Amino acid sequence: MSKRLESMVGWIDARFPLTANWRAHLSEYYAPKNFNFWYYFGSLAMLVLVNQLLTGIFLTMNYKPDASMAFASVEYIMRDVNFGWLIRYMHSTGASMFFVVVYLHMFRGMMYGSYRKPRELLWLIGMGIFFVLMMLAFTGYILPWGQMSYWGAQVIISMIGAIPVVGETLSNWLLGDFMLSDAALNRFFAYHVVTLPVLLVVLVVVHILALHEVGSNNPDGIEIKANKDPVTHIPVDGIPFHPYYSVKDIFGVIVFLILFTGIIFFAPEMGGYFLEYNNFVPANTLQTPDHIAPVWYFTPYYSMLRAVTVNFLWIDAKLWGIVLMGGSVAIFALLPWLDRSPVKSIRYKGPIFKFALTLFVISVFVLGYLGTKSPTPLYTLLAQIFTVVYFAFFILMPWYSKIDKTKPEPTRVTE
Amino acid sequence: MRKITSILLVFCLAPLVAFASGSDVKLDRAQIHASDKLSLQRGAQTFVNYCLSCHSAEYMRYNRLRDIGLTENQVSDNLIFTGQKVGELMTVAMKAKDAKQWLGVAPPDLSVIARSRGPDWLYTYLRKFYRDESTATGWNNLVFDKAAMPHVLYQLQGEQSLMVKNVDDGHGGTHEVKELKLDKPGTLSKTEYDAYVTDLVNFLVYLGEPAATKRVQLGIIVMLFLFAMLGLTYALKQEYWKDVH
Repeated sequence: MSKRLESMVGWIDARFPLTANWRAHLSEYYAPKNFNFWYYFGSLAMLVLVNQLLTGIFLTMNYKPDASMAFASVEYIMRDVNFGWLIRYMHSTGASMFFVVVYLHMFRGMMYGSYRKPRELLWLIGMGIFFVLMMLAFTGYILPWGQMSYWGAQVIISMIGAIPVVGETLSNWLLGDFMLSDAALNRFFAYHVVTLPVLLVVLVVVHILALHEVGSNNPDGIEIKANKDPVTHIPVDGIPFHPYYSVKDIFGVIVFLILFTGIIFFAPEMGGYFLEYNNFVPANTLQTPDHIAPVWYFTPYYSMLRAVTVNFLWIDAKLWGIVLMGGSVAIFALLPWLDRSPVKSIRYKGPIFKFALTLFVISVFVLGYLGTKSPTPLYTLLAQIFTVVYFAFFILMPWYSKIDKTKPEPTRVTE
Repeated sequence: MRKITSILLVFCLAPLVAFASGSDVKLDRAQIHASDKLSLQRGAQTFVNYCLSCHSAEYMRYNRLRDIGLTENQVSDNLIFTGQKVGELMTVAMKAKDAKQWLGVAPPDLSVIARSRGPDWLYTYLRKFYRDESTATGWNNLVFDKAAMPHVLYQLQGEQSLMVKNVDDGHGGTHEVKELKLDKPGTLSKTEYDAYVTDLVNFLVYLGEPAATKRVQLGIIVMLFLFAMLGLTYALKQEYWKDVH
């Protein structure tokens, strides 16, 4: 470092903890050296977040949050704004890819027990991020004001209305009207571009602060801080995040970008999964589409919403659907306390956990597939069966994780 | 671990297979080529002659047709019949309220119709009109039952009628097969008419996303850049990680 730069940094350090933060979070943050493929998705989620924020700003410049102009303004962006099509596809593809990386990030946590002590709070903050992300996706999907925007939102709004006692009032308060209309579009625009992004950025910062407090987990699920060099007090299995993981993540970013831009440039609709065909029809409040399906990342929950067809325990089917749908997301937050296994990582867990996790993944994919289809008696039955499987993974975990035959954990990380 | 990854992959691909099914009438495949500028120009000609009198394409500007190899003068001399300027949107003079009264429904805007319906649906729809005296227009359609739109291109295609046959389904029962029969030939032969509709659908697909050709071209450059970066960043990572054991 040149003398001049050094004195400049010194000037800042006397007034702001620049070097101290650089060290704490990058050059002297020690991460386990055995991160594998699954450990790319945290930093990739950050990349997608930045992509969404930047492209979102440019979309906001040309988008009109007005029920009579919204659809046309999106097409204006696609045709008349310089590179507007690129910005819009980056944003729409980014939304789906956000869920891809976040789902893989969460699955990583489930495989390696990243939610276990001392990372319970880190996991809960992550759940908060997941919830805000879902709200962002929902409010964002309304904005183009196409048929799916409108009728998809209508389904969710009617769900809020079905909450006992307060439902009706709550839905009117959120919408600013008795039905989905221009007033609601304006509100959702405000939530989507101000409230929720601010909340998301704050939660992401808190998530990283919490991570750097407890340190990263790793595929072996053992604490690298338990084994420190007696002289330097650095974990023997730890390597500084920068430069080791910064250069590794750059490679991961390029691989991700090949996939991401591949979709943007060659298949932006992704066969109707990222941009639904019906959403190229302007919203028509008088014409309900034959088939309402949410975007792929919501389809598993949508399946569970539709799975309950009978009233029982004095509660009607619709409300049960809502309880299950909300519960299917919220139940992830309980994982740190449901898992009673003596080991964290799937590498040392027994066959029961591996079987349960596989069944869980299958149920998510089956429910996700069913959510894209119109219900038939067979599909509804399948949705009911796999809803039970989905919840059984969580509810039975305190028992099966305890009786499972585990292998002993190593004292040092492997590989 | 490998096993979990491969199971995940299989499930990721499952929806792609499922996507192939759907729709009750079998759609014919539209053989369209985005790079065929002459076909796009012929389609544009048909579009302004036959479609634009009732349907608008109000998100599209006339001068954008430079994309398909036309000059602004060619566009204003040959494709604008409304007295509009070349930089204006392809709107329609008919008011939505009148249209609703005359036709039952206001004809939808066609700017992004190819993105919602898909080229195959449009190609089949435009070829499957038949005479049906029970409807208000005297026309019906095999793909879109009781469509409010009359057969605008009947002078070219001719007039077809519906024939319902009961065919043995091989399991002891029968099922209905609907077929169209050409009663009165039009000015074009079947092959010519199919090609004519193909050009129109080609244009509608272009109209749905005018930037599509540019998108793919830019995509190839971006891919080349990223693959070069892939090698460089991998080498950089290997270099840094040499001393990690």
